[in-house]
Amino acid sequence: MPALPLDDAGPYVAAAYLVFLALILIYVAIMASKLVRIARDLDELTEIVDRRDRAREENEHAETVPR
Amino acid sequence: MFSRGLKPLAIASVVLIVGAFALVFFYAPNDADQGFIQKIFYLHVPLAIVALCGFVAGGVWGLRYLRDGDRANDLRSYVAIHLSLILGLAALITGSIWAKAAWGHWWMWEEPTLVSFLIVFLLYACYTPLRFSIEDPERQARTAAVFSIVAGAFVPLNFIAVRMAESLAHPRVLTATGGSMPGEMRLTFLVSLIGMAVLFVTLCKYELASKRAAMQLRALKRRLADEEDDWLPARRSAAPQQI
Repeated sequence: MPALPLDDAGPYVAAAYLVFLALILIYVAIMASKLVRIARDLDELTEIVDRRDRAREENEHAETVPR
Repeated sequence: MFSRGLKPLAIASVVLIVGAFALVFFYAPNDADQGFIQKIFYLHVPLAIVALCGFVAGGVWGLRYLRDGDRANDLRSYVAIHLSLILGLAALITGSIWAKAAWGHWWMWEEPTLVSFLIVFLLYACYTPLRFSIEDPERQARTAAVFSIVAGAFVPLNFIAVRMAESLAHPRVLTATGGSMPGEMRLTFLVSLIGMAVLFVTLCKYELASKRAAMQLRALKRRLADEEDDWLPARRSAAPQQI
């Protein structure tokens, strides 16, 4: 088969390279969304630990205050 | 653990991939037979080679998991196969685009190279549903490891079988004698192949580091759950859940 002229071959070559870039970008975007979920979970855990520490402090304070 | 060396690897990936693309379009000459359309070769072939090597690597990690029971090896096997599937899909699509431009057809069922790659791809496409169908983590990891070893052994056998078969339209560029590529084309191809391999390793490490962080968070949640009532259960996933 004779070689395609540049005008005809160009879109095919561009499409192939764009498919590769698109797949990599989609993959990175999905990983980024997972990272956001991890960050949200981390915030949630930090809040739980803070709440627990506050409750512990309040308990200690209540025990040391003379009745 | 998994994130060590991720930054230099990411930089190397970007430099190599950008460098490879620059070589493809500004250094490598146009093919005498196919002309400009042959530029897809520098993307399609490295994608296919790295995907097949990744499948085999997944089998090797699976074997290591069965030998030492280290859950990190199960995670490595899962990530290698997962990424190889993505690269395999890219190889199939780019190959199909090239086939349409060069042969006038999107797909040729009588061509052994194409069909064998599709069989390998579909075989590995069953890997994630297989993992997802098993709830017990221990059994899930063991079954996935056995699958990855058997399928990983099938990949080189399949490659040899295709090499022995008669090719109808798909070219056999990489022969035992080193192929018939001129120096500029060979250098461009090698840089593309190395770039793709480094990108694969980088993305593997990226996903491994992310999964490990998520697992550590889940473990922390479980520890805190003993003291707190208002925590959410972990989402169900086909990925390994603990190391």
